[in-house]
Amino acid sequence: MARTTSISPATADAPEAGELVATRRGRYHVLTRYDRRVLAAMVGIPLLLDVVLIWWPTVTSIYYSLTNWDGIGDITAGNFVGLSNYRFLLSGGYFQFWPAVAHNFIWLAWLTFIATPLGIFFAVLLDRDVRGTRIYQSVFYLPVVLSLVVVGFIWELQFSPTEGFINNAFGLVKSGHIIDWLGNPHINLFAVLIAASWRHVGYMMVIYLAGLKSVDPTLREAAKVDGANEVQTFFRVVFPVMAPINTVIVVLTAIESLRAFDLAFIINQGKNGLELLSILITNNSISESTRVGFGSAIAVILLVVSLGPIVAFLSQAMRPAR
Amino acid sequence: MSATTAVGRRATAIESIAVSRQFRPWRLILHAFLIAMTLLWIFPLFWAVYSSLRPIADTVTHGYVSLPAGGLSLDNFKTFWTEADLPYFYANTLVIVVPSVILILLLASMVAFACTQFSWRFNLVVLMIFTAGNLLPPQVIIVPLYHIYLSTPIPMLSSIDIGRFSFPIFTDNNLLYDQYIGIMLIHVVFQTGFATFVLSNYMKTISKEITESAIVDGAHVLRIWWNIVLPLCRPALAAMATLLFTFIYNDFFWALILLKTGDKRPITSALNNLQGEFFSNNNLIAAGALLAAVPPILVYIFLQKQFIAGLTLGSTKG
Repeated sequence: MARTTSISPATADAPEAGELVATRRGRYHVLTRYDRRVLAAMVGIPLLLDVVLIWWPTVTSIYYSLTNWDGIGDITAGNFVGLSNYRFLLSGGYFQFWPAVAHNFIWLAWLTFIATPLGIFFAVLLDRDVRGTRIYQSVFYLPVVLSLVVVGFIWELQFSPTEGFINNAFGLVKSGHIIDWLGNPHINLFAVLIAASWRHVGYMMVIYLAGLKSVDPTLREAAKVDGANEVQTFFRVVFPVMAPINTVIVVLTAIESLRAFDLAFIINQGKNGLELLSILITNNSISESTRVGFGSAIAVILLVVSLGPIVAFLSQAMRPAR
Repeated sequence: MSATTAVGRRATAIESIAVSRQFRPWRLILHAFLIAMTLLWIFPLFWAVYSSLRPIADTVTHGYVSLPAGGLSLDNFKTFWTEADLPYFYANTLVIVVPSVILILLLASMVAFACTQFSWRFNLVVLMIFTAGNLLPPQVIIVPLYHIYLSTPIPMLSSIDIGRFSFPIFTDNNLLYDQYIGIMLIHVVFQTGFATFVLSNYMKTISKEITESAIVDGAHVLRIWWNIVLPLCRPALAAMATLLFTFIYNDFFWALILLKTGDKRPITSALNNLQGEFFSNNNLIAAGALLAAVPPILVYIFLQKQFIAGLTLGSTKG
């Protein structure tokens, strides 16, 4: 069998084949049929898994969302209800829906305008030759390795009404003015967001630091020579050069906010002030809950919202390199 | 600012260090700020450690915020370790994490290899499918996935029993649902998307000529992938292995939904159930949370470089 398609079989199998083809360097696609099949399998098998277990369920979510299926038996023509799940949701018929949207939005806003900028700020401060920068960095990034379950437990030790550090340290338990940080629906979202930020800030710092390291140092020097101070240098020189990282950071923050699930679930299973879209999906459609079609409609809404940051990320990441 | 201009135009490395070491009031403010933030950041963890070292009786009599009258001990750790049967859950995690990470790296490196070392019509589309799949919130796919898991028949052959552990081949209920193999499968598929993205970014920096000349020399693609390209990617593979270990170890969501039997749960999601069992003893729960956090903390201490490299490889272009 010929090793290459473009060479005559007689010489291709000869030991000197390498020598002969060396003159054809730069030529593309001298793959044998066997090699092509191997490559097809290398891509095909993982791709098949990805399509079957990720993209097929994504499409199926849309399909389910048009039904009132309860998860038992087959979906029949009688199960189709058109867009009524969506109508019911958007009209506020399901009283937890709009609060969940609001909570996801607050989550996004908090991370975008508080936690992420703080992470960037830390990165900018620590990027310079500050003494002990490694120690500071290590501390801020420590929570990033922890599971959100552990993060949740650690913060419950702070926020717990009678046994937590905060209420005890400020004498609120003794004086009887207990603040129920995790139980009061007006404030528990913010308590959870503090816990979420504890981890998110370090994550953003790490990524931004890597970006800052890749900025051409001569740019800063030039700015310095031109008499720019540090603040000006950052906002007018470094920040614009970091545009790709800035996009990544914003996208990652948005995706984190849409995915938020674990902390709220651990604190109180996403009830009473901690409703999130992700939790409404599982509460309605998984295990003993039977509103599969309805929960899927929430999933589709989450999908549509997620497409924004996903497309932004892809168009950033897949752009051909300069 | 005046100091920097005083140094003049030649801002060499040595000089800029000299400048920064010079005393200036805003340096003091900077360090004060950083130290304050560091203390704030470390405090919740410190408090968890402190709570875990105190006997609950001591806490109850002297209050939560008080100095330890009866001294500190590791008793809470010992109690949690044995009462919660922790080694068992560590083993569950191990059974799930190790094969998953290896499989992810194999699959992802194959896709990345085929997509970056060869030009064909859809290689960019394929990369996008993988990357976008990983960016979806898992909750978007969970409902149909749950039903796929409940309705896919998987052969039930036998099981490997080691002491209390029973590892079924492939299932013990004919399904993907509530099985080690099922939870592994979703980790592998979901994280392969991420690893493919990162590894392809890395492999783009490897010259295509290496592959081309190897083909010209008569090497099969499988050999080029295994013997040439993978060794060149060793730093990226190490970084990804570290990161994926931490991700899968820390997973809560998939295990929560796709496993039902408490005995099959990996430690992170088991912890949530154990919370109910020990809810009356906060100090014990603190010890449990810290025990569950030991492997990631070991990663933090010993593999910090790889972990950070893994995080940043995914965000910056190689």
